[in-house]
Amino acid sequence: MSTDAKAVVPLGHVVIRFAGDSGDGMQLTGDRFTSETAGLGNDLSTLPDFPAEIRAPAGTLPGVSAFQLHFADHDIMTPGDRPDVLVAMNPAALKANLKDLRAGCTLIVNTDEFTKRNLEKVDYASNPLEDGTLDSYDVQAIGLTSMTVEALSGFDITKKDAERAKNMFALGLLCWLYSRPTQGTIDFLKAKFAKKPEILAANIAAFEAGWSFGETTESFAVRYEVKPAPMRAGLYRNITGNPALAYGLIAASQQSGLPLFLGSYPITPASDILHELSKHKNFGVVTFQAEDEIAGIGAALGAAYGGALGVTTTSGPGIALKSETIGLAVSLELPLIVVDVQRGGPSTGLPTKTEQADLLQAMFGRNGEAPVPIVAPRSPGDCFDAAFEAARIAITYRTPVLLLSDGYLANGSEPWAVPDAASLPAIDPGFATEPNHDGEFWPYLRDSETLARPWAVPGTPGLEHRIGGLEKADGSGNISYDPDNHDHMVRLRQAKVEAIARSIGPLEVDDPSGEARVLVLGWGSTYGPIGAACRAVRAEGGNVAQAHLRHLNPFPANTAEVLRAYDRVIIPEMNLGQLALLIRGRFLVDAISYNQVRGMPFTSEELASTITDVIESL
Amino acid sequence: MTATDLPMPGLALVPRTDEKQSAKDFKTDQEVRWCPGCGDYAILAAVQGFLPELGLRKENIVFVSGIGCSSRFPYYMNTYGMHSIHGRAPAIATGLALTRPDLSVWVVTGDGDALSIGGNHLIHALRRNVNLKILLFNNRIYGLTKGQYSPTSETGKITKSTPLGSLDHSFNPVSLALGAEASFVARTMDSDRKHLTEVLRRAAAHEGTALVEIMQNCNIFNDGAWEPLKDSETSDDRMIRLADGQPVVFGKDGSKAVVRGEAGHIVVADTSEVDPAEIIVFDSHADDPGLAFALSRLADIHSLENTAVGVFRDVQRPAYDRLVREQVASVQAQGEGDLQSLLRGKDTWTVS
Ligand code: SF4
Repeated sequence: MSTDAKAVVPLGHVVIRFAGDSGDGMQLTGDRFTSETAGLGNDLSTLPDFPAEIRAPAGTLPGVSAFQLHFADHDIMTPGDRPDVLVAMNPAALKANLKDLRAGCTLIVNTDEFTKRNLEKVDYASNPLEDGTLDSYDVQAIGLTSMTVEALSGFDITKKDAERAKNMFALGLLCWLYSRPTQGTIDFLKAKFAKKPEILAANIAAFEAGWSFGETTESFAVRYEVKPAPMRAGLYRNITGNPALAYGLIAASQQSGLPLFLGSYPITPASDILHELSKHKNFGVVTFQAEDEIAGIGAALGAAYGGALGVTTTSGPGIALKSETIGLAVSLELPLIVVDVQRGGPSTGLPTKTEQADLLQAMFGRNGEAPVPIVAPRSPGDCFDAAFEAARIAITYRTPVLLLSDGYLANGSEPWAVPDAASLPAIDPGFATEPNHDGEFWPYLRDSETLARPWAVPGTPGLEHRIGGLEKADGSGNISYDPDNHDHMVRLRQAKVEAIARSIGPLEVDDPSGEARVLVLGWGSTYGPIGAACRAVRAEGGNVAQAHLRHLNPFPANTAEVLRAYDRVIIPEMNLGQLALLIRGRFLVDAISYNQVRGMPFTSEELASTITDVIESL
Repeated sequence: MTATDLPMPGLALVPRTDEKQSAKDFKTDQEVRWCPGCGDYAILAAVQGFLPELGLRKENIVFVSGIGCSSRFPYYMNTYGMHSIHGRAPAIATGLALTRPDLSVWVVTGDGDALSIGGNHLIHALRRNVNLKILLFNNRIYGLTKGQYSPTSETGKITKSTPLGSLDHSFNPVSLALGAEASFVARTMDSDRKHLTEVLRRAAAHEGTALVEIMQNCNIFNDGAWEPLKDSETSDDRMIRLADGQPVVFGKDGSKAVVRGEAGHIVVADTSEVDPAEIIVFDSHADDPGLAFALSRLADIHSLENTAVGVFRDVQRPAYDRLVREQVASVQAQGEGDLQSLLRGKDTWTVS
C-alpha cells in the first residue's frame, strides 16, 4: 500500500477495544490486529470478552462481543484498565462500553447501525451521536457498513457478504491509524478463504479500502506509531493461555516418556485445551471426549494407572463433579493432572468470565483429609511452565495435582519467548520393576526423601497388586481398618504433600527500593494487574513490595519469613479472600484482603490507590 | 471346547505365557470377606478356574471394580486390580484399555453400581465398544448398604427403604445393554459353573465391550431371588437356554417354543401346537438386535417365567480403542511430532 503524507505521532502505549455484535467478527479483528502488533515487536497483552451465548439476539446488550488490546514500546503487565480507542460497531457496543471511557479518548463509531430500531433495542431515547452524549470524546462517525458495501460494489457477492466484510474495513483503518503492517492479514485471509476466491478478494478489498480511507479522509489529521519494546534477545511468538498449557503438557509427556492421555468433557473456557491436544496426535497424544466430567477424570486416572500421563480439564461446576475421583487419586497415590480453568461461579455462574474463586475447593473440596498440591500460572505464557511443573510434581510424588488457570489466562495473550525444548529438564517416572520387601512387592512402601510410593504398572511381572479407595495398611497396602494405621496414613499423605516444598524455589520478592513496609501478595492471573499497580505506586514515590505465589499447596518454605518481614500484607484476589483466609490461618498474619469479583481481570487503578492508602496509614 | 480353540480377537494383543497355570495361581492371600453362602464365591471360583485356559500372562490381566459387595472381587484375584468408586469402573477401565492394548481388562460391578449410580458410564462404554469385559453381578438388592431395593428389584419389593413396597419400575440389564448398542450381551447364573464358564470364554474372545449379567444370589438380603431358575423342579419350565442355530424351545422335553405372533412380536407357544418351521431359530451373530431384544423382553420380572440365558448378541464392530490407536498411528506414520517446532509455531519474530 502507498505511503501517506500525514504526520506520524509517536505514542508510548495504546489500549484499543474493538466492540460489536457477536456476529461482527470482533474476536477475529482483534486477533489480526494483535498478530500484526506482535510482529512489530511491541509488548502486548490482550483481553477477549465475549458473551456465553453463541449468537444472542443481534444488536442487544447481551450480544456484545469485545476484544481489548494493550500494546506498548515498553514492557506492560495488563490488557489495560480503560481503552484509549473504542471501535463501536453498533449502539449496543457503544452503550456497553461507554462507561469505561475517559474523556477525550477516541471513539470510532459505525453510524450505519445507529438506526431508530437499533437505538430502541438498547433503550437509547435519542441518538447519542447527535444528542450531546459524546461531546467529551473525539468521535469519528463513519459509515463503516455503507463504505464497505460501496467499496465492494464490483464484486460478485451478496449484499450480506459485503456487509460482513465491514470488520476488515475497520481493521484496515486501524492498521493505517497505528501504522501496523498488512501482509500478515492478507496472508491470513488467503489461507482462510482459499476455497472462496470471490469472498477472499472482497475481504482484501475491504481491508485495503479501510486503509485508504484513513489515508485520504480529513477526519484523521495524524496517524500514530508505537515503536518496538526492548525485550530480551530471542525468538518470540504471541500465545494465549490454553494452547500454552497444552504445550506444557506435551512437553512434560516428551520429557517423562509417558504417553499423554486427556480425558475431558466440553466446558467453557477449558474446551480449547481439548481442541488443541486433539490436534497433536503426532506426539502420540490420546484425547478422549468422555460422556461426562466424572468419566473424563475417571478415564484419565485409569490411563495413569496404566502408566500414562493422565490429564483432565474442566471449569466451573465441572471441578465439583470431579471431586470424588480426585479423592480416589489421593488414596491410590497415582499421578494425575486436574486442570481447572476457573470461571465466574457459583453454579453455572459466568461461563465466559474469569474468577479465581476455586482455590479453597482445590485445597479442601473433598471428603476426608485429602491434600492435593496446587499450582497456578500467572500469565498466558506462564501456563506452559505451570503445566510442566504440575506434571513434575504429579509424577515425582505420585499425586493428583490441581492446576488453577482461569478464563482470563485461557483466552488472553502476550508475547512469549519460545522455550528451548532441548534445555527442558527430564522427569523420571521411576517405575517399579522389582519386589521391594522380602521378595514381595509392597505398593505403599515409600521413598524416604519424597515419601512417594512405588508406581508399578500392569504388565510388570511379579508385582501384581491391588489398590483401591479403602484405607490401606502402611507399606503392604492391604485393606486396613486399624485406627492407629489410619491416623498414620492420614498424616503420611499430608506429609508427602508438604515434602514437595523442598523441591520448589523460594518465594521471591520484588522490592526495588528495598525499603518497602507493605507487601502485596497475589496468585494466579492477578500478577499483571498487581504489578502494574505497584509500578504506579512506585512512580508516585511510594515503596511497595510484590510477591506472587505459583505454589498454593504447599507454600514455598520461606513464605512465613517473607510475610513477617513486612508491616502490612495486602492480598488482592478475584474472590472474597480465599488466599487471605489460608495465609491468616497458616501464618497468623493479619493480611488485608482486597477483592474484585466482576468477572473481569483486575483494574490496577483502584488497587494502586488502596496500596497507597495502606502505605500512608503506617 | 476350551477358549484356546476359539479365535480370540479380544485378546490378540495380550502377551501369552507357556507356563502352566491353575486356579490357585489366581488366588490371593487375602481373606475373602463375603457372607458365607453368597453367590459371589461361585463366580470367583469360576473366574479363577477359567482364566488359566486363556494362557495369558497374569501380570497383563486387570480387574477394575466399583463399590458394592461384588466390587471386592479384585482383592481376591492375584492379578493387577483396582477397587475404585461407586459406578465409575467402566470409565476408569476405558482409560486403561485405551492406552494399554496389551492388557485384558475386566470390570466387576453390581446392579446398583452399574445400573443406578454408574448407568451413564455403562451405556457409553457399551456404545463405544471399548475392549472391556463387564461382569454385572445382579442380585436385585443393595447388599453392602444392608438391603435397600435396587434398579433391578421387582416393583412392590419390601425392603428397608420401601416398607410399603417399592414403586420403581425395574431395568432389564440385557434389554438395556442391547438398547445401548452393545456388541456382546449375555446372561448367566452364578451356580451354573458350566454355563457361566462358557459365557466367560465367549466374552473373553470378543473384541469390544462385553456385558455379562450374572444372576447372583444374595443369601442375606434377597435370598432366593433367582430360585425359580435354579430349582430343578421349576427351572426347565422357566429358563430359555439360547443356542446358536437352534430352534428356541424350552420346558420339559421341549414342550414350549418361541414363535412369531400375529403382530410380528414373539410369543411362547405349545410346541405341539405349532409348525416346527415357525419356531424361531436363534443367531447371536445377527446384525439386527431385534430378536435378541425381543427374547430379553419375554422374561416376567416377578415369576421369572420365560427368562432367556446365554449369549444374546455377539457381533463384530470395530473396538473403539483399536480405532483410536489406528488414528494416532496414521498421523504418526506421516512423521512424529517435534517439540521445538510445536513451541515455535508459525508466527515468530526475533529480538536481537
Ligand atoms: S450381603 Fe449379600 S451380596 Fe453381599 S456378600 Fe453378603 S450375601 Fe453376598
